[in-house]
Amino acid sequence: MKKTNHHRRNWLKQIQGLGILAVGCCINPLTAFAKKEDADEAIKKIVGSASVREGKVTLTIPPLVENGNLVVLKVSVDSPMTANDYVKTIHVVAEGNPLPNIFTVYLTPRSGTANITTRVRLADSQRVWAIAQMSNGSFWQGSAETLVTLSACTEMV
Amino acid sequence: MSKTSRTSITMPATAKKDSIIEIRAIAQHDMESGFRYTEGGKQIPRDIIRTFTCTYNNVEVFKADFYSGIGANPLIIFTTTAVESGTLEFKWVGDGGYEAVNQARITVS
Repeated sequence: MKKTNHHRRNWLKQIQGLGILAVGCCINPLTAFAKKEDADEAIKKIVGSASVREGKVTLTIPPLVENGNLVVLKVSVDSPMTANDYVKTIHVVAEGNPLPNIFTVYLTPRSGTANITTRVRLADSQRVWAIAQMSNGSFWQGSAETLVTLSACTEMV
Repeated sequence: MSKTSRTSITMPATAKKDSIIEIRAIAQHDMESGFRYTEGGKQIPRDIIRTFTCTYNNVEVFKADFYSGIGANPLIIFTTTAVESGTLEFKWVGDGGYEAVNQARITVS
């Protein structure tokens, strides 16, 4: 009786090992897929030689996404939105998408607030960046990371 | 003939002067990303909405550029200040001559 129990424990351990291996297999292609350079290039194209500071920008996406085809994404920038101090543009860039740029919005002092909500596609578990340009030309960024279980843009038609 | 589709705007019909109103704009569109393939291995060409603009009594107050990372039936929620009574016009322009226009009236007191 004792022996069988021991067997089962070993067996369970082996199964557990397999599970960890499987998770490892899942993660590895993801990291290979992430094209951080593309995103960096896209960000560089937006900001040019200006420096980007962390802060002011809050990007909200669910931390765990079941289906990458429709992900609710919320960006808000901390700004008084007056004629002298407002957010000019907000760019959203995803590092793991085939095309890093997701959208760009152009605001005016008449926008009142700098809150934008939309639905985006995410090809992979990845970090998403939001870069805001203020009326004085300075750039601020914020980011959020998410885990996508079912990727967008891989399915056949 | 250019393509068009159904669009919908949700915003308050009345507002206090200088208050901030929220506008939700949605357009019916597949937003074909151009990164998908058919079972035969053929790439499906990109067909997306490229820009969305909102004008308030003919003054542009909001503009957005969309890329293929925007999901199907693009929804965008943004805000604007209710400065005067009038008409807000929303325009979506996309690939293949796609164009859709919607209008909403607002009374500001």
